[in-house]
Amino acid sequence: MFDAAGNPPPFWHNGPTPGGLYNFPGPKTAPSDFRQHSQAPVTTATSIVAMQYNKGVIIAGDLLGSYGSLARYRNCPRIMKVNDNIILGAGGDYADFQYVKDIIEQKIIDEDCLDDGFKLKPKSLYCWLTRIMYNRRSKFDPFWNNFVVGGLQDGEPFLGTVDKLGTAYTDKIVCSGYGAYIAVPLLREALEKNPTPSKAEARALVEKCMEVLYYRDARSYPKYQIATIDEADGAVVEDLVSVNQNWSLAHMIY
Amino acid sequence: MPPVTSDYGMNAESDWMNAAHSTGTSIMAAEFNGGVIIGADSRTTTGAYIANRVTDKLTKVTDHIYCCRSGSAADTQAIADIVAYHLSFHGMELGEEPLVETGAAVFRELCYNYRDSLMAGILVAGWDKRKGGQVYSIPIGGMCVRQQVSIGGSGSSYVYGYVDANYKPNMSKEECVKFITNTLALAMSRDGSSGGVVRLGIITEEGIERRVVLGDQLPKFFEG
Amino acid sequence: MSSIGTGYDLSASQFSPDGRVFQVEYAMKAVENSGTVIGLRGKDGVVLAAEKLVMSKLHEPGTNKRIFNVDRHVGMAFSGLIADARQIVDIARREAANYRSQYGVSIPLNYLNDRVSMYMHAYTLYSAVRPYGCSVILASCGEEGPTMYTIDPSGVSYGYHGCAIGKAKQSAKTEIEKLKLSGMTCRELVKEAAKIIYLVHDELKDKNFELELSWMCEESGGRHEKVPEHVFLEAEKAAKQAMEADSDSDTEDM
Repeated sequence: MFDAAGNPPPFWHNGPTPGGLYNFPGPKTAPSDFRQHSQAPVTTATSIVAMQYNKGVIIAGDLLGSYGSLARYRNCPRIMKVNDNIILGAGGDYADFQYVKDIIEQKIIDEDCLDDGFKLKPKSLYCWLTRIMYNRRSKFDPFWNNFVVGGLQDGEPFLGTVDKLGTAYTDKIVCSGYGAYIAVPLLREALEKNPTPSKAEARALVEKCMEVLYYRDARSYPKYQIATIDEADGAVVEDLVSVNQNWSLAHMIY
Repeated sequence: MPPVTSDYGMNAESDWMNAAHSTGTSIMAAEFNGGVIIGADSRTTTGAYIANRVTDKLTKVTDHIYCCRSGSAADTQAIADIVAYHLSFHGMELGEEPLVETGAAVFRELCYNYRDSLMAGILVAGWDKRKGGQVYSIPIGGMCVRQQVSIGGSGSSYVYGYVDANYKPNMSKEECVKFITNTLALAMSRDGSSGGVVRLGIITEEGIERRVVLGDQLPKFFEG
Repeated sequence: MSSIGTGYDLSASQFSPDGRVFQVEYAMKAVENSGTVIGLRGKDGVVLAAEKLVMSKLHEPGTNKRIFNVDRHVGMAFSGLIADARQIVDIARREAANYRSQYGVSIPLNYLNDRVSMYMHAYTLYSAVRPYGCSVILASCGEEGPTMYTIDPSGVSYGYHGCAIGKAKQSAKTEIEKLKLSGMTCRELVKEAAKIIYLVHDELKDKNFELELSWMCEESGGRHEKVPEHVFLEAEKAAKQAMEADSDSDTEDM
């Protein structure tokens, strides 16, 4: 009757367990309780180029939303003014960017509503971004973006970046996508010669980087935005800067 | 699903028997000076088999908001039904017709949240009194952008150049009808998954005016 | 009201034999004990003004505000119990945020008003809860132009060109009726609002008060915000002068 452990014999054999789920005999269907995650991004934006200058930060990114190799959307702004302290640039999946952007914008509205004089600071937003990015990658469903946070905190320029895994660092130069390979070396070289560039110098450097990226990145576009933030002029996002193209090189090739 | 090696070879049977219905499509929408015009071909395929040659891919969402569907027929129909329900309720709550922007936001929400399980590329177009005629493009990943003119579906890849070369802001109604008919005719002639008739919807303050250009009456272009 | 509830006033879920809900009427009494709040809707925007009674000189100035931001374009002022009102503000903010995240545009004021009214009304239906002890003025200057509503503890709401709630609402309404509201700009209305608040303030019963002024108009970029410092001071000065002129003419003791 009772087995060695003192358990009673089963209620009946070869039948459904009372109160339990029963699997009918016959051909088994494939399990359906799984979900595929981390799909590839769809509409994407390419590099972000950003650097600090003596009293502020500059961020640039073009307006293209690529659909594979198709240059599908040619007006996809991806640099935003978060508040008077922060500018934010993003690359990667544009749908994910829009989603995160909406959340950030609501955060700012909530904060404005409180009207307690407190304003989100760049390090806080940067830290928050590392958390949401790491959180989503830990669910194997990352936000497919690179975020670049620029701003002023305690009078000092701040520049940091977070990628889709939640990896984050701050530096005087931050570039994502192809910019990491093409723009960073150009900017590093320039900073070695002139460690504290003025705003105009920084802008010229960034414009040069955008030009080179346009020549060498097949997902780039000659129209882009530049955002700057500093004590003197505040946070400004300039729409529609165009690459100054130079193809005179072609004449030298026969 | 068994592998389909060819559309018309030995496995042609398994193709139409097993492939999902999808609107391999040519769709488009464009703003003109009094509103917006939407257009689509009428072919629905199951693999290479034409399951329906007179499909209507222009789906009503509210009286002044329509959508053009591409991707999985099942997915996009389900989404359009849900959005239509949602917006009609919202319209009652508001006491006026929902904005096109709002319609696009509701489509976007669904397409983004279920991006891993949906195959849907949707153009939302319509007229409202705040911003007039508007077109919003919601491609597969679930982003949303407003465009003056937008094309979608498999056939669209063949006509980007034509659209860029020929679209002008603030066209007259008949000018815009001509432009859309030409674009779709070109797309349909090059895309095997598009064809049939051109269905048009002209959305203005007064509502929608539907037109059909039959397959044998489509504009003709170079065929060499 | 003067009669005792004779047992029918213990719960909001029960009518009295003559068809009244005493709990709701008592809640309105709570509003009438509170400082006066007015809203003026002009041709280019809305001005809100509040008389915040200060019970003790030990209170820090600027605390326990009576005008709140609900969204960028929406303001709310209340009269009644502050703790109750804060909860109403909170749900209004949530409604506004939800609307934006679902529908991609900012909430229309008539819709927000419907939602908040429904919420307040729900608290007049059950025995387990008490009605809110506050009336609120909701105002916005969005896409539909300037709009303003007030909601009572009963959950009833009306749209207004000019409205007043609280202690001296009757005399405030009389003053408001003298204005040609639809022809006035916010700049003018701010001064009138300040004057009215000073005028209806009862110096004998309530010694100290703080004036609060907010607006939403073209000058504020359509946003609801406290009026700028210089506008506030100007309005307050004008109000004080008007009061002095008034008392001079009253006493005629030149």
